[in-house]
Amino acid sequence: MEGSLNVVGYGLAAIGPGIGVALIFAAWITATARQPESAGITRPMLFMGFALVEVLALFGLVLAFINS
Amino acid sequence: MTDSATVLAEGESHFPPGIHNFDFRDWFTGLSDTALAHMFTTITFAVWASVAILIVFFLWAYRKPQIVPTKKQWIAETAYGFIRNTVAIDQMGKKEGVRFAPYLATLFLFILIMNMWAIVPGIQVSPNSHIAFPLMLGVISWGIYMFVGFKKHGFIGFLKMTCVPPGAPWFIYPLLIPIEFLQNIILRPVTLALRLFANMFAGHLILLVFILGGFEMLNAGNIFVQGLSIFSFGMGIAMTFFELIVILLQAYVFTLLTGMYIQGSLADEH
Repeated sequence: MEGSLNVVGYGLAAIGPGIGVALIFAAWITATARQPESAGITRPMLFMGFALVEVLALFGLVLAFINS
Repeated sequence: MTDSATVLAEGESHFPPGIHNFDFRDWFTGLSDTALAHMFTTITFAVWASVAILIVFFLWAYRKPQIVPTKKQWIAETAYGFIRNTVAIDQMGKKEGVRFAPYLATLFLFILIMNMWAIVPGIQVSPNSHIAFPLMLGVISWGIYMFVGFKKHGFIGFLKMTCVPPGAPWFIYPLLIPIEFLQNIILRPVTLALRLFANMFAGHLILLVFILGGFEMLNAGNIFVQGLSIFSFGMGIAMTFFELIVILLQAYVFTLLTGMYIQGSLADEH
């Protein structure tokens, strides 16, 4: 077997953002189910929170490439 | 023709893709040893073309503005109005929002067009997947929100506002002030740039994995593996549509965060 250990590290690093993104969408779905008319107000927050968390996974991807 | 395509034509295996896939050769090979090396590549072409599209389209759409908008005028007004209303005015209020709307709308459309090259057939790489371009955009946004803050609160006042959060107990300040300084003054443009860069970089790599992987399977010499390559190409197409979502989202998020930072600089002291 050959390959880079960085990839394993990146896989581990992606767990956190994965959970984070799931929590954000779960919270948004709950909020929208309770109060459907608030969907428009909370959508920018949804996307911003999503982007802020998702980028952590992507930082990991970049770092995995820097050392390889 | 991009490098990946030429490489495939040569019949060599280039799987897995890596950072080397982001190096583009000069269009005119005679220039490679001169000072003009790396001046005419697919990347620089995409940047100049983005600028040209943006300027020419808006001049053309707004040449003879009418009260009942024509079709092209409507497109231009919708694009500008979207950022003006949902980002600028929503965050900063009517007066300041209108003041910063031109910068935010230009930023949004420029990033959008730059990102769009990632899925344009024949180019299929975004200039934003090179860190230089997002970093410059991040630095411009940084300059604007710092300048606005210094102008409104004064040098010391703005630094105090951003670095000293009120309401914390005194003994925590030696820890809190360096963190806040690092986060608000130094890391903001870096994360802004890195977010856009990493998304476009990762998007290009994902497309390469599926499409180069498909060619690799076609070259495998086993009929079953060759048959499976259709799934790889199918995923490549699906990921292109996913890229479209990422492209729109990242342009929007960059603009939204810039607007938020400027709003933070304009806010009254608490």
